[in-house]
Amino acid sequence: MTHMHVNLKVNGREVEVRAEPRTLLIHLLREHLDLTGPHIGCDTGHCGACTVDLDGRSVKSCMVFAAQVQGAEVTTIEGIAGDGGAPHPLQEAFREHHGLQCGYCTPGMIVRAWRLLEENPDPDEEAIRYGISGNLCRCTGYQNIVKAIRAAADEMNAARETEQ
Amino acid sequence: MIPAAFDYHRPADLAGAVRLLAEHGDEALVVAGGHSLIPMMKLRMAQPGHLVDLRAIESLRGVRVEGGTVTIGAMTTQAEVIASGPLVDACPILREAALQIADPQIRNLGTVGGNAANGDPGNDLPAVMLALDARYTLEGAGGRREVAAREYYEGAFATAREDGEILTAIRFEAPPAGHGCAYEKQKRKVGDYATAAAAVILARSGGTCTHASIALTNLADRPLLAAEAGAALAGTAAGEAEIAAACAAAQAIAEPVSDGRGSAAFRTRLTGVIVRRAIERALATAA
Repeated sequence: MTHMHVNLKVNGREVEVRAEPRTLLIHLLREHLDLTGPHIGCDTGHCGACTVDLDGRSVKSCMVFAAQVQGAEVTTIEGIAGDGGAPHPLQEAFREHHGLQCGYCTPGMIVRAWRLLEENPDPDEEAIRYGISGNLCRCTGYQNIVKAIRAAADEMNAARETEQ
Repeated sequence: MIPAAFDYHRPADLAGAVRLLAEHGDEALVVAGGHSLIPMMKLRMAQPGHLVDLRAIESLRGVRVEGGTVTIGAMTTQAEVIASGPLVDACPILREAALQIADPQIRNLGTVGGNAANGDPGNDLPAVMLALDARYTLEGAGGRREVAAREYYEGAFATAREDGEILTAIRFEAPPAGHGCAYEKQKRKVGDYATAAAAVILARSGGTCTHASIALTNLADRPLLAAEAGAALAGTAAGEAEIAAACAAAQAIAEPVSDGRGSAAFRTRLTGVIVRRAIERALATAA
C-alpha cells in the first residue's frame, strides 16, 4: 500500500488527505493541512508539544498514524479560538498570566488544558498539575501555566453562569 | 523519525484480525493503543509489513463485573479503567496502578491488553495481574485458550503468546470485599518506568492476615510473583517481624540491572523499601 485517502474532520472542517499509512498525524496536520500550531518536540511521545484532541480525548499526535484517524474528528490549537478569531479564554489567560515564554509547548498545553476543563470545569491546583503532566515546559516552571488554567476556568465558569 | 512502510488493516471483528495474522505470518503485527509499538517502529526496531489495528473490534472493549468475576476487554484503555466505577469498586488496585502509567494522553490510547500482552518488563499492569492471579484469553487460528498471568511472562518481550495469537481479554476473581491493596511505584519523573514497584493485595480477618499476594515490576526481565513474601504474611498477624520477613523475601528474588534509574544494588535495596510501603498501606486500607 503506497498511499491511501484519509477522510477526517479537522477543526470542524471535512478534509481528505492522500497520505501513506505510516504518515504520523502530526505530519499530516503540519505538512498536508498546513496546521503548524501543533509542534514536534521530542517525537517520542514524552513532551506533549504535539498534543491535539482526537475524538474527544487528548492524544499525542506523534504517536498516531494517518491510517488510524480515518473517520476521526481532530481539534488543534487553530480550532480553539472563538467566532471571528477572538482568543479563547485559555489563550487570553495564558497571555495575561505569562503562561508562556518561548511558546513552544503552548499549543499542546492549551489544547490539553481545553480538554481538561471540559472533563473537569473546576479543577484545583493538584488536578491541573496532574492533568497537564504529559506536557513539558522548559521555560516557565509551570507556576504561571497553572495560574492561567485556573484563571481561565474561573472566567469560563463565570460566563456559563451569566448565560444561565 | 519515520517508520518503515506498511500495509494497514482495520478488521471489523476478531475473526478478521485472526485471519489477517494467519495470512501474513510474521510479517504482521497487531497494534492496540500503539504506545509501545509505534515508538519501536519509529526506531525501526519493529518493521511489520502489515499492521493489524484492533481499534474497530467492539467485542474487545469494555469491563464486566459479574458475580465477583471481572473481565476486561483487551482494548479497554487505561483511562477507561480509571473511570470504570464498578471495576474500581471491585478492585481499586487497577485504578491506582493505571494512574501511575505514563501520562493522561498516553492513557487515553494505551490499553490494558497492550500493557499486559507485550512482555515489556517496565509495564505496570503485569505485576498487578500476577498479584490478582488473572487469566489471559488468547485467540488465534488454532482456537481459544487461557493462560495464567503467572505462566505468561518468560523474559523481556518473551511471553507464552504464540505468533498469530491475540490477547483478547483478562479475567480474574475480584479480591474479597474489604481487602487491602496498594501499588507503590518509585519513578524518577512522570512517564518513567519504575525504578522499583510492588503490587500488594491482602485480606484480614480479625487480627490475622488471611491472604497476601505480592508482585514486583521492573526488577527482573519479567514481572515477578513474590510468593515467599506473600507466604510470610499469610496466616500471621502481619506484625513487624512478618513484614520484615516479607520484604527480605521480595528483595531476595529481585534481579534488577544497573541503568539510568540506579545501580542494581540500589534497586535491590529499594525493592525492600517499596514492598514495605505497599504492605503497610495495604494493611491500612484493609477492613
